[in-house]
Amino acid sequence: MSRKAPESTPLSELTPEARKALEDQGLSRRAFLQGAGALIVSFPVLGKAATAGAQFGSRATPGAPSPDELNSWIAIATDGRVIAYTGKAELGQGMGTAQMQLVAEELCVPFDRVDLISCQTPITPDQGVTSGSQSTPTNFNHRNLVQAAATAREALLGLGARKLGVPAAALVARDGAIHVKSDPAKKVDYGTLIGGKRFHLRIDPKAKRKPASEWTILGKPIKRPDLPAIVTGQFEFVHNVRLPGMLHGQVVRPPVIGATVVSVDKDSVSKMPGVVKVVVRKDFVGVVAQNPWQAIQAANKLKVHWSPGTGLPAQASYHDYLRHQKPTHDTLKVDSRDVPQKLAAAAKVRKATYLYPYQMHGSMGTSCAVADVRGDHATIYSPTQGVWPLRSTVAMVLGLSEENVEVLFRRGAGCYGLNGADTVSYDAAILSQAVGRPVRVQLTRKDEMAWGENYGYPFVLDERAGLDTHGNIVAWEQESWFPVHGSRPGYDRPGNVITGMLAGFEPRPFEPRSPAPEPDRFENGDNAVPSYCAGRVGPRAEGTGTIQSERVLIHMVPSPFFTGPLRSPSRLQNTFAQESFMDELAADAKADPVAFRLRYLSFPRLRDVVSAAARAANWEARPSPKPHIDRSGISSGRGIACVAYEGGNGYVGLVAEVAVDQRTGRIIVKRFVTAVDVGPISNPNGLKNQVEGGALQGMSRALGEEVTWNEREVTSINWATYHTLFLGIEVPKVDVVLLDRPNLNATGAGEVSITVVAAAIGNAVFDATGVRLREIPFTPERVKAALQHRA
Amino acid sequence: MSSITLKVNGVTDTLELDPTTPLLYVLSDDLGLRGPKFGCGLGECGACTVIINGEATRSCITPVSTVHGAEITTLEGIGTIEKPHPLQKAFIEEQASQCGFCVNAVIMTAKALLDKNPKASDQEIREAMSNVLCRCFTHVRMIRAVHRAREEMAG
Repeated sequence: MSRKAPESTPLSELTPEARKALEDQGLSRRAFLQGAGALIVSFPVLGKAATAGAQFGSRATPGAPSPDELNSWIAIATDGRVIAYTGKAELGQGMGTAQMQLVAEELCVPFDRVDLISCQTPITPDQGVTSGSQSTPTNFNHRNLVQAAATAREALLGLGARKLGVPAAALVARDGAIHVKSDPAKKVDYGTLIGGKRFHLRIDPKAKRKPASEWTILGKPIKRPDLPAIVTGQFEFVHNVRLPGMLHGQVVRPPVIGATVVSVDKDSVSKMPGVVKVVVRKDFVGVVAQNPWQAIQAANKLKVHWSPGTGLPAQASYHDYLRHQKPTHDTLKVDSRDVPQKLAAAAKVRKATYLYPYQMHGSMGTSCAVADVRGDHATIYSPTQGVWPLRSTVAMVLGLSEENVEVLFRRGAGCYGLNGADTVSYDAAILSQAVGRPVRVQLTRKDEMAWGENYGYPFVLDERAGLDTHGNIVAWEQESWFPVHGSRPGYDRPGNVITGMLAGFEPRPFEPRSPAPEPDRFENGDNAVPSYCAGRVGPRAEGTGTIQSERVLIHMVPSPFFTGPLRSPSRLQNTFAQESFMDELAADAKADPVAFRLRYLSFPRLRDVVSAAARAANWEARPSPKPHIDRSGISSGRGIACVAYEGGNGYVGLVAEVAVDQRTGRIIVKRFVTAVDVGPISNPNGLKNQVEGGALQGMSRALGEEVTWNEREVTSINWATYHTLFLGIEVPKVDVVLLDRPNLNATGAGEVSITVVAAAIGNAVFDATGVRLREIPFTPERVKAALQHRA
Repeated sequence: MSSITLKVNGVTDTLELDPTTPLLYVLSDDLGLRGPKFGCGLGECGACTVIINGEATRSCITPVSTVHGAEITTLEGIGTIEKPHPLQKAFIEEQASQCGFCVNAVIMTAKALLDKNPKASDQEIREAMSNVLCRCFTHVRMIRAVHRAREEMAG
């Protein structure tokens, strides 16, 4: 054979100095180079085709690098390159680039002189999970990574002052060097000042941030450094990790929900070519073979006797089933205690129920991980969103001490939340432990879709509101039901995902709670409280709206399927119902949907995005539905929706323009116009990419996506049965208006647009046809049925 | 096991393989290529697309025995970081990627189309992309990048 798979062993592209700095800064904490038996690992650097590498010993120390120490975040090589360590991962959302810009800006070095190392437990700080639109806020808003960079810059100014014999106040940091302000030719570069040495400093909370007015790197549309390797097939995804002596595993999941192992006939595959071992651990079953094709064939052929399973509630009546589930776990978000009276006195009361299905993350690539478990030590290459939590739970699954587990992030296909990344990491770990060699597992499409992931929540949402004789909203009440089972494993619940449960760990138990306790503070992280409500809890009103009479009650119930966060969890479902219902109220009041919204919004940033989106869309002020609807053929309309994401972690207004084919029931979205405010913009191109992608992903989920099942098993198990929008669709135009707020704190940006799309489309369909859609997805069949029942 | 000769990106290899093995696994595991990817194993999404004798082909459902001696081109074979293909260049220019897992599918499908039909209409591009998936929904930029490359390739 003339070529061989490249192995993921160190082939550093860093300079020797940078490597030395890496070793000095990070790996010295890790019993570096402990001699014989040392594991080989490598740390990928964003934008490098190959990986920066280093050897380190199997005797790792417990705990993560201290977030208070500058060394945990920043190192400078003798050549002046900056190495930044972060606990927030590049998942395809552009976080890597934004963090590099942040470091380059605060440290006053060119962008291309920053290397970013993300989410490698031996050397990067524990920043929990990369999720919930929290990464930019976490590392941008005066703490963590940015404060480390600011501390380092001030330290370098101090070192420069000593070296140059000039007071620090007379110096300026620029282009990777400390310059004398009055004589810029007089300078000393960072490499000379500290290259290869450690800082021995704690993060200084008072280190000054550069004001936005001085930014030259942040706020610029810098191109992502990982793209050249991606588009030429050089980039190492987790799927490409290859270790010496690596074997391939496949799992055998239960055939139906609730089935458990009765017996496994290992001999049924033991003679097949390449089969190394059949692994059974309680209800976990897997096969290890020499190559992936052999593993797949063996997994298909393995004879497993399963118990019959527990059955599933009927899908057709599932929402009704949800509503009547007992017990429940109840949460009261707000209750002004006057809603029944206000509704009784209202001139008109509107009630509507909105329904949302289970949906999938449906990653483009099925989840994959590589584990190398030998003796009491484990190294896991994983696309997980949380390397430190995974380290703890892998240790539990393997029965190892967590100090002896390393988790090295490698990028997977976009996850959008809790896809199969954690569960497949357990799969690989269990199989590797059983054979004492490295094992790679990539799930099959069916294993990913039917079992591998934790689905996004379905919802039933009852909305009730009262209007006075002038068409003013006098009270708003929402009551919802949604099911949960498992979730992110966190640091101690491997049973929250399928593999952990199959291997014998319990999912988080359901805790009944009814009635709900009185709220003691206003909290709208799930957007359960409509934007138009005042949010009165205690003495203050902390919502974004003005409606004083408000009540929001949530019933969590058990789910037959695993559930977990899926891009904009609960926020999307709540917003779909509220923003659609707001449109219903506007129609009742015969008011323009934009003006009607503004009537009840008090928070300026939310008002601004609504107005900006409407303006950019040339919104024609009038009530919906539009006048003179032609009931045959294609009818066009527009709709708006908005949200203060998580109550205040990003603001979006979005206008959808649709055409509805009233003969077929097909909805064609022609254009989205969206205005977003996420505080200071780190990278306008990256932000637009997130907003555009969120808008279209939201469209796909609004129009077609739904997990389906029969009485025993999930039936949406591939792209023929789980309906997504391919690249060949008529792609709508997406206009994005960015409202920059350079002097405010940064908010999340990855989930704003997706949260409002379903409602905006539904509102546009109402405008076009007069028909209100209240159940996702808006399939042609549903739309057609609704049109046929049009009054 | 059979002795199978593959011509991949201009290099000829003869390998001892189970002839039923899907080509994708041979490319990924025996030849160590990172361009073609496993997305579904069912030929539904395009992640594994390679060009075989000029045709965009789903390597996850193509038994390796059926491509004995054929000319196979992968994403690595059409350009490099230093010398990217116009499609690769256009994807960088347009920043047409999020997670990047589907980029292979889109570029290789577009390349096979534009090689055969350099003046492919927008509609023809849409048709070629009708079974290509991007779950980050980078559709706007990807289609724009394909259009951009078409203009550049047309000179």
